[in-house]
Amino acid sequence: MTTVYNPLRDSRDRRLPRIAGPCALVLFGVTGDLARKKVMPAIYDLANRGLLPPNFALVGFARREHSDQDFAKVVHDAVAEHSRTPFSEEVWKQLSEGLRFVPGDFNNDAAFDELAATLRRLDVERGTGGNHAFYFSIPPWAFPVVTQQLKRSGLSDPPPGAWSRVVIEKPFGHNLESAQELNRVVDSVFAPGSVFRIDHYLGKETVQNLMAIRFANNLFEPIWDARYVDHVQITMAEDIGIGSRAGYYDGIGAARDVIQNHLLQLMALTAMEEPVAFDAESVRVEKEKVLSAVVLPQELGLHTSRGQYGPGWQGGVKVKGYLQEAGIPKDSKTDTFAAIRLDIDTRRWAGVPFYLRTGKRLGRRVTEIAVVFKRAPHLPFADSAVEELGQNAIVLRVQPDEGMTVRFGSKVPGTAMEVRDVTMDFQYGESFTQASPEAYERLILDVLLGDAPLFPRHREVEMSWKILDPILDYWAEHGRPDQYTSGGWGPKSSYEMMARDGRMWRRP
Amino acid sequence: MIRLEDTTGSAVSNAIAAERHRMGSPATGMVMTLLIIADEANQTDATMAAAMAAREHPMRILVLIPRLSRDAARLDAEIMVGGDDGPGEVAKLRMHGELAHHIGSVAIPLLLPDTPIVAWWPSEAPKVPSEDEIGAHAQRRIIDSTASARQTVALKNSIKGYAPGDTDLAWTKTTSWRTLLAATLDQPHADIIGAEVSVPTSHASGLMLAAWLGQRLGVPASVINSKGPSITNVRLIMTDGEINLSRRDGSTAHLLRRGMPPATVALPRRSIADLLAEELRRLDPDEVFGEALRNVPNVTKGKLKLGARTKPGKKAAPAAEGAKAESKKSGAKAESKKSEAKSKPGKKK
Repeated sequence: MTTVYNPLRDSRDRRLPRIAGPCALVLFGVTGDLARKKVMPAIYDLANRGLLPPNFALVGFARREHSDQDFAKVVHDAVAEHSRTPFSEEVWKQLSEGLRFVPGDFNNDAAFDELAATLRRLDVERGTGGNHAFYFSIPPWAFPVVTQQLKRSGLSDPPPGAWSRVVIEKPFGHNLESAQELNRVVDSVFAPGSVFRIDHYLGKETVQNLMAIRFANNLFEPIWDARYVDHVQITMAEDIGIGSRAGYYDGIGAARDVIQNHLLQLMALTAMEEPVAFDAESVRVEKEKVLSAVVLPQELGLHTSRGQYGPGWQGGVKVKGYLQEAGIPKDSKTDTFAAIRLDIDTRRWAGVPFYLRTGKRLGRRVTEIAVVFKRAPHLPFADSAVEELGQNAIVLRVQPDEGMTVRFGSKVPGTAMEVRDVTMDFQYGESFTQASPEAYERLILDVLLGDAPLFPRHREVEMSWKILDPILDYWAEHGRPDQYTSGGWGPKSSYEMMARDGRMWRRP
Repeated sequence: MIRLEDTTGSAVSNAIAAERHRMGSPATGMVMTLLIIADEANQTDATMAAAMAAREHPMRILVLIPRLSRDAARLDAEIMVGGDDGPGEVAKLRMHGELAHHIGSVAIPLLLPDTPIVAWWPSEAPKVPSEDEIGAHAQRRIIDSTASARQTVALKNSIKGYAPGDTDLAWTKTTSWRTLLAATLDQPHADIIGAEVSVPTSHASGLMLAAWLGQRLGVPASVINSKGPSITNVRLIMTDGEINLSRRDGSTAHLLRRGMPPATVALPRRSIADLLAEELRRLDPDEVFGEALRNVPNVTKGKLKLGARTKPGKKAAPAAEGAKAESKKSGAKAESKKSEAKSKPGKKK
């Protein structure tokens, strides 16, 4: 991004948010679920909060025959239904002036020439200045052809002073090999700094909160190591099933969908050393160090677990099992629940296992990182006094109700000496307000601003696959997922896997 | 809601704690104490706005309502904890008789330990907020010049009484304008030689915005009379044209720049709750505000005459003085100099 000296900007003036410069966002795959439910509403919300440039343009590209008006209606409906901030005609008017649609197949040269022409026209009509972001809300098999088309039509080469960026959503491949292939394809056309890999689970807010708790305090860091920590549990539970995403989900599964990027990123952020600075490069270096030090259990069968949700009742509603969902083959081996144990071979974490689990149709929707501490080395009380005392824990809640819970022992009021676990809770009150941006909004804004601190580079993606691939291979060759009851907390095998280590899962 | 009549500070404190217990959440996650110094006329709106802001900033809200009278000294309190108004806790404290002169003595025991204190005067503010009985305890003091009956006087007072940590909702109201203008200047542009802000007579936000533009850009800045609502137009005059941002209806703005197609952008006026929430996001002194405030006296009235090189003498005419003398002319011709001589505070029509 070219920086012009701007006397109105002052680092002390933190009221002023940065607004993206003039640009156009090209959305491939406008009919997809994510595009309609997340991307379009997020763009509207950004506009509503005044963070989009006045001459922003949104171009849709898809196979079907739409006119600009049809596309405007698609966006309008998506926004009206899913936007976070209240709908306002003024904002919609501002946005709709810059909406365009280009119909065509990914193989059709003429369609991409038309896209290039549309963007050139927008550069004049709207003043988007040759700055283009290409958002791939499309299946990975379409990446090579679309990137090649962008190259052929000259769209990947921005004019001098302008930029061209590409946004890719997770999953970044389905194993190491495919991820490498994907990276090769994209990197052959776009410079590494212009590729933004979006994991909508991992909001920037979350990462910054985590960094603030860990590194802005002197209270937690001294005990953040193997001397005091017994183990760490990272959970992402969803209460929903796969919904209408059968086509995407079957064959991918929970481990690829969630552990590969999201949980491994959370683990890296929890386990990493303090970065020398809070910038993209320094944080990435520390995360990569953690990922490179991960070791897998010797016996994968004993320290991992996977499952498929069965039919049952969840939150008072009768729900189907995974194999009964529309579009899922009756003999599918896809995991909707996955739990694994990982160790990190560093001085800080020697002997401290990290347990990662994720699943659909679990008890409730929650994402949390629980750092569970060792028991005190000596308890000067009678055994009966501390019978109900568990292990101390610091739980970082990622969502919902972002915040932190500390669990510790406290005396039960009364004449008898009895210690029992209590919890202390802190919650960011932000969840109600517009001020707390949704993950997608920050992600898209970062793309338009060219800020990349949280987007994993391809090296991190490949390292994550290196960790997960052996487990996936082992699962493919051994047995099938265990059935678990919808609305519970996963298959029996996941409890057994913890019991083998003499531990148990927290109920989040 | 709990109502305590003829009570004491510690009884109020106990009542808040008891109410928390009753709600089942004895621990508090409050991040600050907000003191609102209000009167009966504005306390309801102010409390509602604060309760909204408490959704973003969980806080204890103490509404202090002095009731000057010859009655005996007496404290009445209303306490609301949690509930539909937001997660904060609110205590409305009415101080009658002589106690109305000692509101600090009631507030101090109710301050949350070891967390920031913010004071807010929703209408008229003391001359030197930082030396006020309540203001002295706060690290952030929020006044609202635009709520004052005499906005320019209020602004002039706050220049004189300014101490780091003071802030003004008149300034907060300019944030969305400032954001958009700053974003516009992120793009390459010619040298700027002047700035004009159109705003209803003596509107404090308009003066603040003009003062900020003048100070940051190092150029002469002026305010031009308009019909409103609030700020209606900003012109940044450049050597080869101008950047023109106008908002006639209080919600949508139009941006005109040389070499760029015209653009529409949403620029709605914001609620007090919104403004307050923005204020509470940062609790350290707003130095940029302090600097802009000091430049208010350099803001001139009426159209800038840039072609003929601004005369040094004219530029120094203090805006606050000028504003007082401003007539209600919406055309805002350069002739406003004439009306400066007169001295009716723009009342008629």
